[in-house]
Amino acid sequence: MFDFSTFIDLPLIWGLLIASAIFLYVLLDGFDLGVGILFPFAPSDKCRDRMMNSIAPFWDGNETWLVLGGGGLFAAFPLAYSILMPAFYIPIIVMLLGLIMRGVAFEFRFKAEGKSRNIWDYAFHFGSLGAAFCQGMILGSFVQGVEVTGRNFSGGPFDWATGFSVMTGIAVVFGYALLGSTWLVMKTEDITQDWARKVASYVLFFVGLFMLLVSMSMPFLNECIQKFWFSSPNIYYLLPIPLLTSSLFFMVWYDLHCPKREYRPFFASIGIFFFGYLGLGLSLFPWIIPYKYNIWQAAASGPGLSLMLVGVAPLLPLILGYTGYCYYVFRGKSGHDHMY
Amino acid sequence: MFEFDPILLARIQFAFTISFHIIFPAFTIGLASFLAVLEWRWLATGNNHFREVYKFWIKIFAVAFGMGVVSGVVMSYQLGTNWSLFSDRVANVLGPLFGFEVLTAFFLEASFLGIMLFGWDRVSKKMHFTATCIVAVGTLISAFWILSANSWMQTPQGFSIEPDGRLMPTNWLKIIFNPSFPYRFAHMITAAYLTTAFVVGGVGSFYLWNKRHLQHARIMLGMATIMAALVAPMQLMIGHMHGENTMEYQPVKVAAMEGNWEHTTNAPLYLFGWPNQQKETTEFGITIPNGASFVLTGKADGRIPNLKSFAPEDRPPVVWVFWSFRIMVGIGMLMILVGELSAVQYFRKKLFDSRWLQGVWMLMMPSGFIALLAGWFVTEIGRQPWTAYGVIRTVHSVSPAILGPQVAWSLFAFVVMYTFVFGAGSYYILKLIGKGISVSEDTEQFYKHGLEASIIEASKSKGGNHV
Repeated sequence: MFDFSTFIDLPLIWGLLIASAIFLYVLLDGFDLGVGILFPFAPSDKCRDRMMNSIAPFWDGNETWLVLGGGGLFAAFPLAYSILMPAFYIPIIVMLLGLIMRGVAFEFRFKAEGKSRNIWDYAFHFGSLGAAFCQGMILGSFVQGVEVTGRNFSGGPFDWATGFSVMTGIAVVFGYALLGSTWLVMKTEDITQDWARKVASYVLFFVGLFMLLVSMSMPFLNECIQKFWFSSPNIYYLLPIPLLTSSLFFMVWYDLHCPKREYRPFFASIGIFFFGYLGLGLSLFPWIIPYKYNIWQAAASGPGLSLMLVGVAPLLPLILGYTGYCYYVFRGKSGHDHMY
Repeated sequence: MFEFDPILLARIQFAFTISFHIIFPAFTIGLASFLAVLEWRWLATGNNHFREVYKFWIKIFAVAFGMGVVSGVVMSYQLGTNWSLFSDRVANVLGPLFGFEVLTAFFLEASFLGIMLFGWDRVSKKMHFTATCIVAVGTLISAFWILSANSWMQTPQGFSIEPDGRLMPTNWLKIIFNPSFPYRFAHMITAAYLTTAFVVGGVGSFYLWNKRHLQHARIMLGMATIMAALVAPMQLMIGHMHGENTMEYQPVKVAAMEGNWEHTTNAPLYLFGWPNQQKETTEFGITIPNGASFVLTGKADGRIPNLKSFAPEDRPPVVWVFWSFRIMVGIGMLMILVGELSAVQYFRKKLFDSRWLQGVWMLMMPSGFIALLAGWFVTEIGRQPWTAYGVIRTVHSVSPAILGPQVAWSLFAFVVMYTFVFGAGSYYILKLIGKGISVSEDTEQFYKHGLEASIIEASKSKGGNHV
């Protein structure tokens, strides 16, 4: 039995890996959930076909990152998995049901005709919306912390429903809508793109507003977070984060009103997400069950983490490589024809 | 007041969601390999019928795969929401297996599926074929890991137990290649291929029956016949070996399968019966004397396990195991019969004309799914009352914080959602089958081969190599 834990900080590495996997999930499924959130507001059915086609080759792969998030948490931080899953029982189940609805809508919509197509359009929209909102609520109540006794969750079934988690829920919905609309700016043209530009600039305002609200309430949740951000010298090191984020907002705003810029809004939105996520991650580090267990206390044993590290080292670059290849194969603007 | 039993509800919820889930991976494991063979035949022969059959089945594949993905995401969270104590205790052992499943298989399948479905005009023929093969291999890798994890729960080894009850790995090879794994893996892959073969053969027969798409239908029924004729008997052998392995490691499961309460030797084989857990006997039995002993040991007076030698609290719900086993074996026998009859008809050159046989094939379409679920019922219910056999009991696995009503409404929501999704999925698949195969406008190929040539082609190259 090999075990690297004597010379590598395995929980730290795995914490970073899981955090990256969740971030990738948020970005990748974020844009396709975002397309779902905006779906019924598109100007025409042809636009909707284009929107659907722009994400159809990718959604299976994007959702796999969520499986990795769940499976990875189970494997690397089993204590967090077995405490957090029961704690967020209801929003997780609702999220899963939403993902099922939108997932099958992809397949069925292409096969349906006439009126039944509308059913799947709405299944796609409400599934995406519900899943995004639940993810945001889970995030919010995760940040607030859950009640724990020993190695088990000991709170009530509705502990996750708070004003703060509703706020983060809405924030994530707008965030995904931003990713979705800027994705559409990149992947479509003509009226679909014009519409996406309009929607994106509207959504951008709300993303800014909710990011501000969430960032302002974070320090009041926990003293450590307050100290971390506002004590000297931290404040000077951390100042670039809000500054860069705000400049990215201006960049997206500018690009959305400049017809030549088709790609940059999407990547700048990714930047906004990155800094938001980074801020959150730095605030919470090293907690994995906030304010109860840190990553070293919740980590799986050395042999398991070592074995998986040996696997991840070659596999993750490979996965990123062929995922990139698939995006490359389907580069360019999407059409509205039925593709297969 | 009616009380919800959270343990029973959690079990029903898991059984329901995983039974629903396994239908799709089983079907896609078979279909992916089938598609790979079709595309290979198309590239090798240039016969466009193969391509058209491929393009027809890939639509159904996409629906099945999508439903497999979304119902699979549920599984990766269900373990934590409802079975947190189990998760906490076994994560160090099973976690890496799930991790490797995602890393080595799920991403591979999901990414290249996009190319398979939408990449026809965007990548070369060779690259497209490669993508199909990658997806097919991905489904097998995925089955490898998940069956390894499941088999470990049946025959756990390679771990030590910490004072706080958590299991720690001591030997990865022993964990991954646990005693029941090779048999379960072979049994499941074969089952997936057979399930798919009977769906494909059924659809082919449907077209032959209706005199539509004759060349395509011959390819389908022909390939399905080869599969059924060769692999169905093989499955009987694999199943038998799996049974012997179970007798060694989980004797009480075999005792329940046979409905054997008393006999140590000369146990009869029940063709029919109703095991009564309270009275500790199998009622209304129609038996073959010494049959069970003979089947399991090869000798009429061979020793086989009986239920009474296990404490009542260590016995699984016998009637479920007993009947699921009979349904599975019964369907397996029918599959062999249909496979061999079709082979005989083929050699009499009547396979594509016997309408009664086409009728049988159409009736057999759902048989694989039923047998597959029955088989899983045997092995999973037969493992009760344990989650990890002999190590962790089911009652000690369930999440302590979740309450009956919570599990009850979520179970209800899953049942409603899955019924709706399953109904719609079946409807669209049937609609696709009804709509038929779209023939490509590439007439040049068609003329070259002509009607007769393609019939010969189809009957010659039924691609038996799809195992």
